[in-house]
Amino acid sequence: MAYTISRPKLNFAEKVYLPAIITGLGITIRHFINIVTGKTKVTMQYPEEKWDKKLPPYYRGAPTLVKDEYGRERCVACQLCEFICPPRAITIHAGEIPEKDRWRKVEKFPKEFEIDMIRCIYCGLCEEVCPEQAIFLRKDYAITGLTRQEMVHNKEKLYELGGVMTGLVYKWNDKK
Amino acid sequence: MSAPTELLNVQIDGVWYQFKKGTRVIEACAQAGKFIPHYCYHPKLSSPGNCRMCLIEMGMPKTGPDRKPELGADGKPVISWIPRPQISCAQDITEGMGVRTDSSLVRECRHGVMEFLLINHPLDCPICDQAGECHLQEYSVEYGTAGSRFLEEKVKKPKRVELGPRVTLDDERCILCSRCIRFMKEIAHDDVLGFASRGSHTYLTAHPGKRLDSNYSLNTVDICPVGALTSTDFRFKMRVWFLKETKSICTSCATGCNTIVGSRENVIYRQTPRENDAVNSAWMCDYGRLNIHYVNSPDRLKFPQVREAQGLANVSWKTALAKAGEELKQFQRNSVAVVASAKMTNEELWLTKKLIDSLGTVYHDVVPRAGQADQLLMSADRNPNTLGAQLFGITSEYPGSKLREMTEKIASGEIRAVVALGEDLTQIGLAESDLKKLTALIVVGILPNETTRNASVLLPACAFSEKRGTMINIKGRLQRLNHATLAPGEARDDWEIIRDLLQQLTGSNGIYLIDDVFKEIAETIPEMTGLSFGRIGDHGVQLVEESEDAQPVAMTV
Repeated sequence: MAYTISRPKLNFAEKVYLPAIITGLGITIRHFINIVTGKTKVTMQYPEEKWDKKLPPYYRGAPTLVKDEYGRERCVACQLCEFICPPRAITIHAGEIPEKDRWRKVEKFPKEFEIDMIRCIYCGLCEEVCPEQAIFLRKDYAITGLTRQEMVHNKEKLYELGGVMTGLVYKWNDKK
Repeated sequence: MSAPTELLNVQIDGVWYQFKKGTRVIEACAQAGKFIPHYCYHPKLSSPGNCRMCLIEMGMPKTGPDRKPELGADGKPVISWIPRPQISCAQDITEGMGVRTDSSLVRECRHGVMEFLLINHPLDCPICDQAGECHLQEYSVEYGTAGSRFLEEKVKKPKRVELGPRVTLDDERCILCSRCIRFMKEIAHDDVLGFASRGSHTYLTAHPGKRLDSNYSLNTVDICPVGALTSTDFRFKMRVWFLKETKSICTSCATGCNTIVGSRENVIYRQTPRENDAVNSAWMCDYGRLNIHYVNSPDRLKFPQVREAQGLANVSWKTALAKAGEELKQFQRNSVAVVASAKMTNEELWLTKKLIDSLGTVYHDVVPRAGQADQLLMSADRNPNTLGAQLFGITSEYPGSKLREMTEKIASGEIRAVVALGEDLTQIGLAESDLKKLTALIVVGILPNETTRNASVLLPACAFSEKRGTMINIKGRLQRLNHATLAPGEARDDWEIIRDLLQQLTGSNGIYLIDDVFKEIAETIPEMTGLSFGRIGDHGVQLVEESEDAQPVAMTV
């Protein structure tokens, strides 16, 4: 059913528009002067200038794998990240840690761990779901490559980006 | 006719039900739709009642001074409740019994039992193969607490123990339910497992000098409610929640155990038994279970090939089929032989029979495979569909009885063309030189062998998990295979290949779907009248009445 919208009552100044236009122009001119005189700066000169220092602590960059201070790869190939990954960017093939290894108690490790960075949407669910604190979204954002194959991060690349993460939970120590 | 089983009145959560005498309380509750968590109870095994997870409140009818049950206002017996909780798995129902499955006491008991079970259980779900189908995980979510109050060190037990060639044991994960011990004792009749030590140090192990090497050992992995027993073959291969589960049947012998094929992205990772009391109860043998890896073989035949001057060359299906038809048309009736396989489905065999009829040859048979039968599930006939081959007239009462004559005629040059369907001709006593003598050798197969290498036309087909179809097991039960994975390369369904060969000889036959083939069979074969893929269902249909003195299929090699 048709209904009437109540319109605001306008005074004379509002009806002729001009005062509002002049006020708006004033704001534009103020910004113009500030930029021309260098008072405000809006354009970052990337890549000469980088914003790395300004990244907030919760910034989600490329997902990476980390090792602990003993050099043990924290990932045990549980494949929960592969399961949760919305664009299915992660592929894991598990292997068994040999009986003689120092970390034999862990039993399982990722033989292959690939993240397809063309598919990755940087959502961070892999980090959130990881029960082993092995996968973290670090601050790398400039992930580039010339071929599709180059954009698939293999295990070596992921550890190279991830490095060592200290101060986490150690649940595979012998006493636990 | 025996007297009908006596029905007993049982009150479950305030409602009166009737159950047959001899029902266990936990089963009666399940029938009434009340689920009771349990670990050690298994419907096919005895009840030791040692996990204590199925505690419930139980009561018996109150009796008055005249030894008759007191009746309440509703005319039903008044129940006097036993103050202690009782286990429901080791107790049969009695007349007038009362059960409470969801009282505060019961809930508290489950909570307590869960906490005890988790005290020494390692927190290694991320690496445990059972994760995702683990009862401990499931009930922990439902009845457990988020954190542990246990501050002491957990008990250390042997890990990664090779109990046998196919089973790996992690004693720390074991909750001592004894299902595996009971299975080996009661079903496999190979009493090799037992508990050693006492108290919280009790652990599962094989008896000294024994190994869990029974052909049924992997069933213990299936029934293990936790991740203590794991399959060495499946270990760390794939997390179970990724597996697509397809109902199928095992094709490694004539028993035709019902199975679930677990696959992901066209790779089969495991095969587990599916309950069917008419065939395999809830079990299957290790031989059949592990006989799946050939499907994933990188050597699989992927492209149709025809023989050219330089050898076999990849061609299109159209070319290969036209060449095959051309070759078959050249020969007189009895200069062609058809070697079919009793591993083929009924639909394929039906079309094969039509092919044989249109060729007009009398030389056709299947290749028998005999093995040692055991007293449990394994049949001496290692072909899954010998009965089907007999029913459609591909072979006689004695499968393979014609093969000798056929091989002699091939060797002597009287038979000059052979259609080999899924069988290697060197296995029936032909030498490679005999194969080279053939003018035409049309081979349908999935893996390379001497026969495929000498083929004039090679047509790649599907493995058991890649096709639909039906088979008849040794007891005359018609069962269904389902499509779990895709065939590699350009490989095609066997029935399509045989239909196309048939079309080359007889022209179009109006068969476009496998359902059309089955419909034709159902219209022609009296045993299968009125059946369809849907009617066969997941548990199969008995075609002939089972009888004790039924003659087993005669085997000649």
